[in-house]
Amino acid sequence: MLAFDYVKAHNVKQAVSYLSQRGESARILNGGTDLIVQLQEGSQRASLLVDIKAIPELNQLSYDPHQGLLVGAAVSCWDICQFPAIKKYYPGLLDAVSLIGGVQIQGRASLGGNLCNASPAADSIPALIIYQATCLIAGPDGSREISVEDFCIAPGQTALRLGELLVSVRLPPPKIGGTGACYLRFTPRSEMDIAVVGVGVAVVLSSDRTTFDWARIALGAVAPTPLLVPAAGEFLRGQKTSAAAIKQAAQIAKESTRPINDMRGTIAQRKHLTAILVRRALEKAIGRAQQNDKEE
Amino acid sequence: MPSKIPVNAIINNELIQFYCEPRQSLLEVLRDDLNLTGTKQGCNNGNCGACSVILDGMLVNSCLVLAVEIEGKSVTTIEGITPKEGLHILQQKFLEHNAQQCGICAPGFIMAAKALLDRNPDPTEEQVRRWLAGNLCRCTGYVKIVQAVLDAASCLRNSTQVER
Amino acid sequence: MIARAPSRKQNHKDKKFRVIGTSPIRSGDIDKVTGQAIYGIDTHLPGMLYGAVLRSPHAHARILSINCLEAEMMPGVKAVITSADFPDLTKQIISLGEEGASLQYQTDNILARDKVLYYGHAVAAVAATSLHIATEALQKINVTYEDIPPVVDIRKAMDGGAPVIHSNLRTDELGKKSNNPTNIASHVQFKSGNPEKGFSQASVVVEREFNTATVHQGYIEPQNATALFSANGQLSIWCSTQGVFSVRDQVSEILQIPVKYIRVYPLEVGGAFGGKNRVYLEPLAALLSKKSGHKPVKIVMSHNEVLTATGPTSASYIQIKMGADNKGQITAATAWLAYAAGAFPGSSVETAAACIFAPYRIDNILIDGYDVVVNRPWTASYRAPGVSNAVFACEVVIDELCERLAIDPLDFRCINGVKEGDQRTNGLRYDRIGFQETLETAKNQPHYTAPLLGPHQGRGVASGFWSNGGGRSSASASINLDGTVNLATGSVDLTGTRMSLSMQLAETLGIQADDVRTSTADTDFIGYTDGTWGSRTSFSTGWAVYEVGRQLIYALRKRAADLWQLPLKHVKFSEGIFTIGNQKFTFKELASRLCEDYPLSVNTSVSPDGVGPAFATHIVDVEVDPETGQVKILRYTAVQDVGKAIHPAYVEGQIQGAVTQGIGWALNEEYIYDEAGRMLNTSYLDYRIPTCPDVPSITPVIVEAPNPGHPYGVRGAGEMSIVPPPAAIANAIHAAVGVRMNTLPMSPARLLEAIWNKGLHSD
Repeated sequence: MLAFDYVKAHNVKQAVSYLSQRGESARILNGGTDLIVQLQEGSQRASLLVDIKAIPELNQLSYDPHQGLLVGAAVSCWDICQFPAIKKYYPGLLDAVSLIGGVQIQGRASLGGNLCNASPAADSIPALIIYQATCLIAGPDGSREISVEDFCIAPGQTALRLGELLVSVRLPPPKIGGTGACYLRFTPRSEMDIAVVGVGVAVVLSSDRTTFDWARIALGAVAPTPLLVPAAGEFLRGQKTSAAAIKQAAQIAKESTRPINDMRGTIAQRKHLTAILVRRALEKAIGRAQQNDKEE
Repeated sequence: MPSKIPVNAIINNELIQFYCEPRQSLLEVLRDDLNLTGTKQGCNNGNCGACSVILDGMLVNSCLVLAVEIEGKSVTTIEGITPKEGLHILQQKFLEHNAQQCGICAPGFIMAAKALLDRNPDPTEEQVRRWLAGNLCRCTGYVKIVQAVLDAASCLRNSTQVER
Repeated sequence: MIARAPSRKQNHKDKKFRVIGTSPIRSGDIDKVTGQAIYGIDTHLPGMLYGAVLRSPHAHARILSINCLEAEMMPGVKAVITSADFPDLTKQIISLGEEGASLQYQTDNILARDKVLYYGHAVAAVAATSLHIATEALQKINVTYEDIPPVVDIRKAMDGGAPVIHSNLRTDELGKKSNNPTNIASHVQFKSGNPEKGFSQASVVVEREFNTATVHQGYIEPQNATALFSANGQLSIWCSTQGVFSVRDQVSEILQIPVKYIRVYPLEVGGAFGGKNRVYLEPLAALLSKKSGHKPVKIVMSHNEVLTATGPTSASYIQIKMGADNKGQITAATAWLAYAAGAFPGSSVETAAACIFAPYRIDNILIDGYDVVVNRPWTASYRAPGVSNAVFACEVVIDELCERLAIDPLDFRCINGVKEGDQRTNGLRYDRIGFQETLETAKNQPHYTAPLLGPHQGRGVASGFWSNGGGRSSASASINLDGTVNLATGSVDLTGTRMSLSMQLAETLGIQADDVRTSTADTDFIGYTDGTWGSRTSFSTGWAVYEVGRQLIYALRKRAADLWQLPLKHVKFSEGIFTIGNQKFTFKELASRLCEDYPLSVNTSVSPDGVGPAFATHIVDVEVDPETGQVKILRYTAVQDVGKAIHPAYVEGQIQGAVTQGIGWALNEEYIYDEAGRMLNTSYLDYRIPTCPDVPSITPVIVEAPNPGHPYGVRGAGEMSIVPPPAAIANAIHAAVGVRMNTLPMSPARLLEAIWNKGLHSD
């Protein structure tokens, strides 16, 4: 690797200051599972790595029924998966985060890192989108908050400006009653692959559980950035939880995709898989919503 | 010439000080500077698990950790789990089950298996296989490795005399 | 003492062994599980420099200039080399005649001379005080190229109008050199009988074509070499190789150094499977060592380099036509195989052609094999080289024949399967073989009749043949006074053959395996030994070990006869006991009595005939998700004839590992390129070998039809089981969803397409 300096930030202000001063050639180091590989390959260059793992705000992991879930950008996938509130209230997020690499990666990689790497195929992002998550950003000009679906602007590029860093991700409190969500993806091997297609789905069912009150569908690896498909969610509102409605929603999602041919998948395959996985994800989310009823 | 940073860490229960450039990985420093070559280099980019070590209780690929990052932390390598006399139960079971052929992946698998059994003393075969997804083996087809890990788990559950 | 061990046909009836057939813990493995085993990549010498290699970003280009000045001036850089630093081999190449071309190719592959022939082709190398500095220095080497359109498609490369990669290459057309420049390096052919007549006698004829992608051996330890070229002219090499003598020979030829100055040390090897026979780094490390002022230089390939610039196995295009009568007898078979050799000639197409129909008794055969150069890395061996591709094609066609004739696929193979006395493709006759036994055993496996429990599940079978290998081996043994024996051979131990050899000697001497300490000697300390390839070690080196055992016994008998003043014939040895007059002694007891005043050591070199070929029959159950094209392997049984399993647990592991490689080959592994001929999937993330949750617990079933050509009945075991899996899985997929795949890998995208084309699933 080309040489770089290394510095450890102990608070947000310090991190912002290092990033602003060094400019374009500074990079944030958290788990390093993407960055170190990229530095080795030469697809990224850095003159300074700013290690953010010691910053308290970036290590928060808390849940409150009114505030929702707060996940610091540096919290590891492993810790996220162990957090009971996530399994209970945000199962779609658990699905996604638990798929990011094998165990060795899980202990180092983070939600924040997955977001900031901004791969079109990132597993966590569709799952965050369906939960209407927001990104809390700190920078030289202060703090701001943007929707997660606006965070990635192109493959490998985020909306972060010079000197800014992602502090945490907030997921609103879970919707009341009849909720189900899941994230599914297709990979050639059982694990250790990048998603060929990823699908996140969240639903709220009517009190008699036969109709969709609300739905939100997001896709990964089928567009330059993870994709919210508002039309599919809109369509499902008020529809029966029937095979026909599910199929139609899947079709809408499929038509929204703009996939490419690359070494991981073909256009035809990705479009096809989108419809399949949206259908399966909706079926699973509905199943979970009904399961929640049984448990309550 | 890039300058070196001093790092203090606990490696295999010993306080160690070394100097390294920021760009040197933990794997590189363990093997080249500290002569701990038990941790093996395979792909060197986080896909094969041959370089697995335990860092502050977490199983990690040491090729994706910069050596400077272990300041103040604790690292355990295969040398650290091998007792002064005899063998760790996982090592013993690997031998009994012929779970190694070329052996280059064995230290990584043993570290990964230890991390599993430390958390889940009674894994199913599927749980073992999923946990080991990040460790590649090209020689064995994994069968005897999985058998060795399950057998070690059984021994650990049934005996307090075993080296764990 | 040199001994041939030829036609001494061994009678293996009712042989009971004491040591052979048990599975003792291998003491050499303790170091592997504690991390103390030393592999090539662990080599560390005082004052060592680190090397790095600059590689071509083009698949095909002329090198116009290389400017190393800036790199040489970098602080920390101690030497930079290009092909100009190699000795001029012109005279040598001329004197070698036909084989001279091979030496030129070898050298050109190690560092390109005037053309780069594949993405990743080495162009220059650097040695520096750290690997990071060496890698940085590469970026300061200025190379200008003139791009040439790459030739990558096998059949297009064979076209008369295709751009020619080597202007001086002429086809070796069935033994005669053709006149025209070409990319077809050779055409081989096997024929017998009259295929046209045979097809006319068939009631069903199946004709199909197949494509298989390039795959890599996928060993975990990358290629590495450390060389110390001392001022006194002595060159020492520590590297990751299957053959220390082979490395010595290659380096000697390429650098024009007499072999007496070269010493190659064997180390543990982190996987090889045929990919670590040819040298890539050793000559570079040696030259850098010399040029840097005789410092040791270590070069380790990155994983990217391993995939792009070592020797994967051939992509291929295969056509098969096979006919059978309605009793299931094959009446004729033809095969047309074109194998991509990569940048230089030498694919395994001839081996493939010799093995493709080998399990079957077919009177009318025509097999044509073409070795074709393309702008890809130079292919090398991968476990039963070339055969998995060919058998994929053959066994899928057989499956289709069986379907159309409504004959059980194992019964079909029993009808047509070769037996002792049948003729082989090479004209010789089969000795005792175990093919029929593998078929009978497979039929009786619970797996074969177990019900399939879910939708889209299917079962497939496939068989295969592998010739195994012989070759030259040397062994030496000396007796310790405590009755233990030190045994040294020249065979690099890839996965535990030291134990197999210990056990063979122990069996011969009537002692415990634990009483034999076996090591691999370096090239200075043992007779010439071919590399650990071709599944030959337990066979050939086993013969050498057996011979030294016999020599030790004979020597002890002679000494006993002297000491007890008896004629030699009154000193007998049987079942581990020496009978001297009316006294009995164990080997241990005699050793201390007879070897103290006069130490006893013996050695031998062999090149045995009597190689025993292997056969295997595999059964696999798969479950297909027809909506995604994903294939899950539910259950796998691999039945293989190994002649005699010296260490059964070890043999089981070989079978399981080879099957798993075959599964990866079948389902996910392939080289993917962009239009410019650059490999895209250069890491284990996207070059997808099976992970632990991807495979079930594979059931290995050992069949033993002893090889009459070996004292203990050994046939090679390590390679055979990589051959049937792609075909078995293809046949299982057909049973599951009714599509016949003819391309490897049968990746989800390809299987989906096939399912759509069949109209099985509407989109």
